[in-house]
Amino acid sequence: MLAMEYRGPKRVRATQKPMPEIKHPQDAIVRVTRSCICGSDLHLYNGNVPDTRVGMTFGHEFCGIVEEVGPEVTKVKVGDHVLVPFNVACGECHFCKQGMFGNCHESNTQASAVGGIFGYSHTAGGYNGGQAEYARVPYANVGPTVIPEGMDPDDAVLLTDVVPTGYQAAEMAGIQKGDTVVVFGAGPVGIMAARCCWLFGAGRVIIIDKEDYRLEFARNYANCEAYNFEKDMDDPVVFIKKQTDFMGADCVIDAVGAEAAGNAMQTITGRKLLLQAGSATAMHWAINSVKKGGVVSVVGVYGPTDNLIPMGNVLNKGLTIRGNQASVKRLLPRLIEHVQNGVINPKALITHRIPLEEVADGYRLFSAKLDNCIKPLLVFPSANI
Amino acid sequence: MENTLRDPQKLPGWGIDANPDNDPTYPMREPRLNVSQDPDSKHRPASLQPVDVEVLKSIERPNVSAVFGESSPPVGLSGMIRRFAFKYSESHYGHWLPLLLADRVNVVEGIIEDLGQGKVPNIFAEKGYAAEWKHNRTAFVAKMATIAAVTIGSILILTRDNEKKHKYRY
Ligand SMILES: NC(=O)c1ccc[n+]([C@@H]2O[C@H](COP(=O)([O-])OP(=O)(O)OC[C@H]3O[C@@H](n4cnc5c(N)ncnc54)[C@H](O)[C@@H]3O)[C@@H](O)[C@H]2O)c1
Ligand SMILES: [Zn+2]
Ligand SMILES: [Zn+2]
Repeated sequence: MLAMEYRGPKRVRATQKPMPEIKHPQDAIVRVTRSCICGSDLHLYNGNVPDTRVGMTFGHEFCGIVEEVGPEVTKVKVGDHVLVPFNVACGECHFCKQGMFGNCHESNTQASAVGGIFGYSHTAGGYNGGQAEYARVPYANVGPTVIPEGMDPDDAVLLTDVVPTGYQAAEMAGIQKGDTVVVFGAGPVGIMAARCCWLFGAGRVIIIDKEDYRLEFARNYANCEAYNFEKDMDDPVVFIKKQTDFMGADCVIDAVGAEAAGNAMQTITGRKLLLQAGSATAMHWAINSVKKGGVVSVVGVYGPTDNLIPMGNVLNKGLTIRGNQASVKRLLPRLIEHVQNGVINPKALITHRIPLEEVADGYRLFSAKLDNCIKPLLVFPSANI
Repeated sequence: MENTLRDPQKLPGWGIDANPDNDPTYPMREPRLNVSQDPDSKHRPASLQPVDVEVLKSIERPNVSAVFGESSPPVGLSGMIRRFAFKYSESHYGHWLPLLLADRVNVVEGIIEDLGQGKVPNIFAEKGYAAEWKHNRTAFVAKMATIAAVTIGSILILTRDNEKKHKYRY
């Protein structure tokens, strides 16, 4: 089968690989119909996540047709078109039982801090991902969800990560009616987070990025105020203070993570020298621009070591910091409703359709923010849907 | 650019998920359970994936998880470094720094593997430079020209040094 394959920092290719096999009685094999490249993949692509092995296939945002199931699979059957949440989750451990499907204890041997994630390095379990014609999907009774009648697969594929992550970002921000929320990062996740803030009753939503085309998109899609931190301000923290009568925002969302720009010291130590687990610029701004007693919600992904953040201000301001990998399965029922009722329109984010054969160009395009790319979708030779 | 916005309260869905009880507590919506309240906190899935490839295990957990990824098991020098890394906990630089080193060694191993199979990796294509060429030509050409200039410059400086060295030879 044709699959994306990692060869080294900023080097990927499409190549022939052996078909995946059933390895556990609850496994399914799906023939992938849609698969996206995500901002999270860029951390791997840039070589910043420890234990990213050459030969691995990335991809944690995919849907596909069930081709084969293991003997214990009862919830999906061959021929079902399913969307596959990015978390590998058993559904029965102490954490899954509490709805923390992003923190399963039975899906990752290599690290205890992070649950299994498809195609996301050995630090997240060593699973080959969905940027391939076929993928092995463990715990097929738990994750894969049949795409409801009439739902466009382009919407479904964004329900595997971007929509739940954006939604959970807003949820974790503890938004109360009328709150002012600042979202750092106008990638797919930040844009979706900004859109979802309104569902929780925000009074004002401000998004900050450096790419004008993304800010323009966010303004239209999420009806939020959008500002460029390189052009519209000298200091984002002071800018937000001024915007909020010098009180700070009620809630701030970090939808940037380890690849953040905007502070040379953070960029050099975090992204070039890897002396910290990515550049913590957005997190730093978030802590310093939220009000005293405010909430910082972190969905931007950082690596497993350490980051330089102003911990003293977390203490002195009495902040609450909440972060997580999105618990996709927990949120799906509500979010499917929102999509079906037209409250959220995920597929509008997809700007590019790239054949799997050209996956290297796709990564470059998305990573370098070329051609006004918001969200790239990989299309497959074998998927005629 | 202008920030002229519609009244958010007129957007579809404004406030429909508002939740005054969601003051920051943990976890959300589901009842919180601590380990001692959980009658079955050690519960594991009934079937375990047979361990038929080498799986490196974090020393912060007691066992191999019920399922695991079987991609790219540790091999060669990078594999040896990875095994060493897993002697340390996730809380230790001794774990993460060797893993990053192993990742870099693995890249070289990957190139050797390609060559061994009679395949010269097309690094230009793998880096997706076609996308830069198509959508970002000016900046891309400038970047490549800079790299070329620096490379040629370095070569010139190095060779000049060599000539100097020769000058003092008898
Ligand atoms: N927690 C989760 O479950 C989860 C799921 C998906 C993605 N993520 C993470 O969310 C983050 C965003 O994902 P994405 O797909 O939108 O990525 P993306 O790379 O498309 O978007 C990131 C955006 O942040 C902008 N940016 C860079 N530095 C900034 C700064 N200092 N302040 C404000 N904006 C800045 C970039 O210009 C870019 O537009 C990534 O870190 C990704 O790993 C987390
Ligand atoms: Zn993703
Ligand atoms: Zn679990």
